[in-house]
Amino acid sequence: MTPPPTLLAQQEPVIPDFGEGSACVTENRLFCPDWVRDNWATVIEPALVEHVKLTVIAVVVGFAIAFAAALVTYRYRRFETPFLTFSAIVYTIPSLALFQLLVPVTGLTVTTVEIALVGYTLLILYRNILEGLRGVPADVLEAARGMGLTRRQTLWRVELPLAVPAIMAGLRVAVVSTIALATVAALVIPEGLGYPIFVALREAFKTEIIVAGGLAVAFALVADGLLVLVQRALTPWARARRTA
Amino acid sequence: MSGAAAEIVFDHVTKRYPGRPEPAVRELTLTIPAGAICCLVGPSGAGKTTAMKMVNRLIDITDGDIRIGEQSVRALDLTELRRGIGYVIQQVGLFPHMTVADNVATVPRLLGWPKERIQARADELLDLVDLPAVDYRERFPAQLSGGERQRVGLARALASDPPAMLMDEPFGAVDPITRKRLQHELLRIQNEVRKTIIFVTHDIDEAILLADRIAILREGGVLAQYDTPEAILSHPADEFVERFIGADRGLKLLALKRLDELDLAPSDGGAPDGPRAPGSTTLRDALSLMITSGSRSLVVIDDAGRPTGVVTLDVLAELER
Repeated sequence: MTPPPTLLAQQEPVIPDFGEGSACVTENRLFCPDWVRDNWATVIEPALVEHVKLTVIAVVVGFAIAFAAALVTYRYRRFETPFLTFSAIVYTIPSLALFQLLVPVTGLTVTTVEIALVGYTLLILYRNILEGLRGVPADVLEAARGMGLTRRQTLWRVELPLAVPAIMAGLRVAVVSTIALATVAALVIPEGLGYPIFVALREAFKTEIIVAGGLAVAFALVADGLLVLVQRALTPWARARRTA
Repeated sequence: MSGAAAEIVFDHVTKRYPGRPEPAVRELTLTIPAGAICCLVGPSGAGKTTAMKMVNRLIDITDGDIRIGEQSVRALDLTELRRGIGYVIQQVGLFPHMTVADNVATVPRLLGWPKERIQARADELLDLVDLPAVDYRERFPAQLSGGERQRVGLARALASDPPAMLMDEPFGAVDPITRKRLQHELLRIQNEVRKTIIFVTHDIDEAILLADRIAILREGGVLAQYDTPEAILSHPADEFVERFIGADRGLKLLALKRLDELDLAPSDGGAPDGPRAPGSTTLRDALSLMITSGSRSLVVIDDAGRPTGVVTLDVLAELER
């Protein structure tokens, strides 16, 4: 049996040069603004952009798969157990173990990372889309049928719009958890905000950990805020209440 | 299929569900004249909703045929058929994510009407159901009361000016006062639009108030009697109908007639303190008035309060013999 690849050894570690840095850096104080300034363009910004890309691809692909699966299940109930079981199993595999399983197949690539990230979005997205569709009141569906809407018209004009709140709730959880999880991508590829964190962890270099970690949190907050705004724009009816 | 009301004919219509020995509707045959309101009444399990839903084929017909103005519903394309029949249900089923105007515009939009015509139609209908379009068109269903929702449901069903309407216990879920108001509203609207309406209810009083024809169904989907409210009240076909319409059928019958519809005996002015009532009073209320005032007769007066005639207990008692 070949030993599993030791992932981190594949990359040349970047060791901060304590000798040439400022006093703050050499003494490894809690936070050194000058280091951030000097390394923003070369280290931090690229990592942030990569992180955004990893997240967006994972959520878009995950949503497409979950959406298709939910639509199939909505029509044909018998697919629910297989889909749900599969996505639940994927969800429970620890990310480290999943990487170990995938690397022999897809290598130390973005593909490996994305397969894992997509896998983790499936359960929450699938369940929420399906729940949203199933939450459409029976009287609304009967009225739609009675007025002569076709199945497709009912789906796109009635069922999906009414499922938007549940779908958006799932999307918010999926996006935030993917942003958090994408830091682990650094085990496989030198990309994303996880990479500077890993590098800094080795040297216990506080500034880099704080900056990269802080950016990951900020990204999650911003993304979540944007989704809330999108949801409000899509569902003006959800906030409409009787005023009289 | 739109515009003028059409006659609806049930021709030996039977509905059988697989695995059940007894049909839900058995050999139902009746003709609803164009522009009439026909109430389907009966106890639960009598198949009244089933019978109604076979008209727009929400339920498939097992045997027999239903024709709307000569056209068999079995021959029409399903979506086309349904878009040509107004449909109103008890829970209304408004689309919560659409404004009131968009809800009303549902079928015209499916039919591809031009935008201006859709908008004008929605406004016209909202005004018709007494929800001023300027105030209501941009609201969402969550911002309406139960009664207002049902009005919007009615407007939505009328949108494409269909020749026929199906109403499934439309006023069953609103409070009694709102129900009364909606019932009279429906009669007023029907006076304007003249549709052929099939109206399912379990409330015989509602049927008597609204219907031009009442079809009473019994368990097993058998038609017990089909006639005008007057005829059913004065000549119930059998014991089942008699029990169903209630022991007070004599009073219900009196409620259908007004004093000014009678040939009144000339008035001698009556006792000065005797009961008086205007000609628009129902015979039932007139009877009640005589009883509460301890009098065997009542003076009918015109708008100016002048006596136009007199009615007696004997006249009322003889009336329906």
